[in-house]
Amino acid sequence: MTQNQDREKDMTDIRPEKEAIEPSPLLSPLVTALDRVHDTTNDDDHSSAVESGDSNKPRSISRRRLFGTVSAVGLGAALGARVLENPSGASAAVHTAAVTITKKKPLSQWMMIVDLRSCDGCKACTASCQYYHYLPKDIEWIKVYDMVDADGQKYYLPRLCQMCEDPPCQAVCPVGATFRTDEGMVLIDQNVCIGCRTCMAACPYESRYFNTTAAPKVPRQPFPTTPEWPVPQRTETVGKCIWCAARLPQGMLPECVTNCPMGVIYMGDLTTDVAVNGKNEVVKISEFLRENDAVRLKEELGTNPRVYYIPGHGQDLSA
Amino acid sequence: MEKLAVERSLREAASQELREAAVRPMLQKPGRGYKLLVAVLCVVVAFGLAGFVDQLIYGMSVVDYNNSAFWDVNIANFITIVGVAYGGAVVSAVLRLTGAQWRAPLTRIAEATAVVTVLIGGACIIPSLGRPNMMWEFITRPNFSSPLIWDALAISTYGIASVVFFYVPLIPDLVIAQQTMGGRAGRVRTLLWRKLSWGWQGLPAQRRLIDRMMGLLALMIIPLAVSVHSVLGWAFAITSFRPWWSEELWAPLFVIAALYSGIALVILSCAALRRTYSLQKYITDQHFKRLAYILLPFGATYLYLSVADFLPGAYHGEPGTAAVFRQLFFGSYALWFWLVVVGGMVVPLLIIALPQTRRVGWIVFAAACIVATFWLNRVLMVVVPTTYDMMKGTFGVYSWTWVNASITAGAMAAIPLLILLLFRFVPILSVTEIEELEKQQLGGTGTDLIEETPEEV
Ligand code: SF4
Ligand code: SF4
Ligand code: SF4
Repeated sequence: MTQNQDREKDMTDIRPEKEAIEPSPLLSPLVTALDRVHDTTNDDDHSSAVESGDSNKPRSISRRRLFGTVSAVGLGAALGARVLENPSGASAAVHTAAVTITKKKPLSQWMMIVDLRSCDGCKACTASCQYYHYLPKDIEWIKVYDMVDADGQKYYLPRLCQMCEDPPCQAVCPVGATFRTDEGMVLIDQNVCIGCRTCMAACPYESRYFNTTAAPKVPRQPFPTTPEWPVPQRTETVGKCIWCAARLPQGMLPECVTNCPMGVIYMGDLTTDVAVNGKNEVVKISEFLRENDAVRLKEELGTNPRVYYIPGHGQDLSA
Repeated sequence: MEKLAVERSLREAASQELREAAVRPMLQKPGRGYKLLVAVLCVVVAFGLAGFVDQLIYGMSVVDYNNSAFWDVNIANFITIVGVAYGGAVVSAVLRLTGAQWRAPLTRIAEATAVVTVLIGGACIIPSLGRPNMMWEFITRPNFSSPLIWDALAISTYGIASVVFFYVPLIPDLVIAQQTMGGRAGRVRTLLWRKLSWGWQGLPAQRRLIDRMMGLLALMIIPLAVSVHSVLGWAFAITSFRPWWSEELWAPLFVIAALYSGIALVILSCAALRRTYSLQKYITDQHFKRLAYILLPFGATYLYLSVADFLPGAYHGEPGTAAVFRQLFFGSYALWFWLVVVGGMVVPLLIIALPQTRRVGWIVFAAACIVATFWLNRVLMVVVPTTYDMMKGTFGVYSWTWVNASITAGAMAAIPLLILLLFRFVPILSVTEIEELEKQQLGGTGTDLIEETPEEV
């Protein structure tokens, strides 16, 4: 309980800082798109999403520190730009909706779409993620499975962390090293993880990897590892895809999204209903998912993944 | 009158003999065989520690760790060894509650086995952690939705309870041992016993207190043991969607497996200690037969539950369950699986069921089969579902190196070593209990006799 209160306090402390930040001049297509559709957003969803954000974050990383870290690595030019934050009407509506969160801006609710129709199994996503996060070859945070469907047709299934809304990996972590943020990101604090690997047993998507060997040569990092930028991976702890949590605040798409030559992977925000892929193709999430019969993996397990798959040839992805 | 006096002196002689037998492990000059055995055990334990240190220094990569088999034999050791601790609790507590008189000479050995195994078993989880140096977080930042926290809680409670359960009936015996051994006890033991016996004088009030405590503890330790093994089973069933692990039957399977292999271990340690310290007069063949009879229903229940577990899953289970069962029945683990079924259930149960083979030698052989194959069974239970890839439905490979082999061997060797060591400090038979039951058998109710006969202390 006290942990929650602390978090509340942290958040109210952080928000004013963010309000002071100017949007980045280097707007990604996502931002323009966000602005365009912003007025259609349902504000009630923000508040409920914010209130129900059941994060169990063990160690609040202050925004300032994260920004500092991000810029220090030189991940992007736009220092501290919360480009994905909508500066206008939404927050006003939230003011009226709930008194307790008056100071909060609506949080993004991240999601991804994987369009299996155009995946050709080139594994550029895997390679770019490994390069970017300094991972050894056998640790594939995004893994492209060669699958064969019921008709004997080959297809490829890129699997990254599904960022479950009810993450079993978080529930079973004995020391609370795995936590879920208010933006729907399931992250691991590797400073806390004891390496018991219970979360690997729990994850039904095999998303988690245990770091036995030290990462390939990593340049000296100017700050200790954080859940958002866990580089280098701590040995004897568990790591997984983090949806490039350090890139999102700067309006940069995740590395695998950017590097997919086929534009298979879309990164989106449920609160604005907009998603974009590496080829700068912008889609309206709700329509795109409905029109293409999108499914989530292992829906029956009740993990509520945030990744939607668009089956290429009507395959049954439930196996 | 005369007859009574003769009887009394006979009884005293018998009691003196019993006391001598109880302290024999401490008096006996260690023979060649004994020394050799202890030396070998020490070497194996040291080898296990070396493996653990190696793993600490060079990391998990030395155990040939791969991401397709994330849990390994360490977890199986943990379940197996904590599991066999249950046998002691049952032999001692259940038989105490049901008033089975024949239990008396066995209780000390059974309880000591339980204490040693629960401590070693609990420690077996440590090499399985990536960063054991962070274990304190279990206390400082527990996440109570994790079954592992409940595991840790249950096992530490059970560990404390079994130490207390071992210690309370020991108190009067320590005084008796002191009297029997007198100056032969040596300074260390005398001091230890004096401190640990808390001024026991055998007063009726003290006796009643201990009786009452033991009654209560015996009542407590049974649900505690059931909960420990259920929680262990649920740690798999709750944690994961993995095939086979997520079966509803896992908790009862764990409880029955623990009882079955635990009683088998009690048989083994009774047989070994009886031979080493010539306790044939107290631990008779009849004891082994009775323990074997207890094995029978548990073995049969385990077999039945296994069939109940496997049959529906194999017949029309989900794809994952069916794949894992196929792997077990006919796949790369089939040899081991059928070894468990035949060597761990069919053969031992037949040995016990047939009157021709119901002899000590055979019973001990059956018990050894059970203990060994049930360790193997746990390895299969842990490893096969972990190697299953839930995305693709394929199986990874599991391999191990000298490091986990040495840790396993070290943990196994530590059990007899610690039991032998323990009986250099405490009497091996529960003298008070045996005497009390003998008095009860001679006539009158036990309490009357206690009031009448002033304790010779
Ligand atoms: S996909 Fe696995 S690791 Fe990712 S949130 Fe879900 S359970 Fe956790
Ligand atoms: S391995 Fe780390 S993150 Fe996973 S359950 Fe254990 S402590 Fe938590
Ligand atoms: S989202 Fe980022 S961390 Fe996840 S697979 Fe893609 S590049 Fe790797």
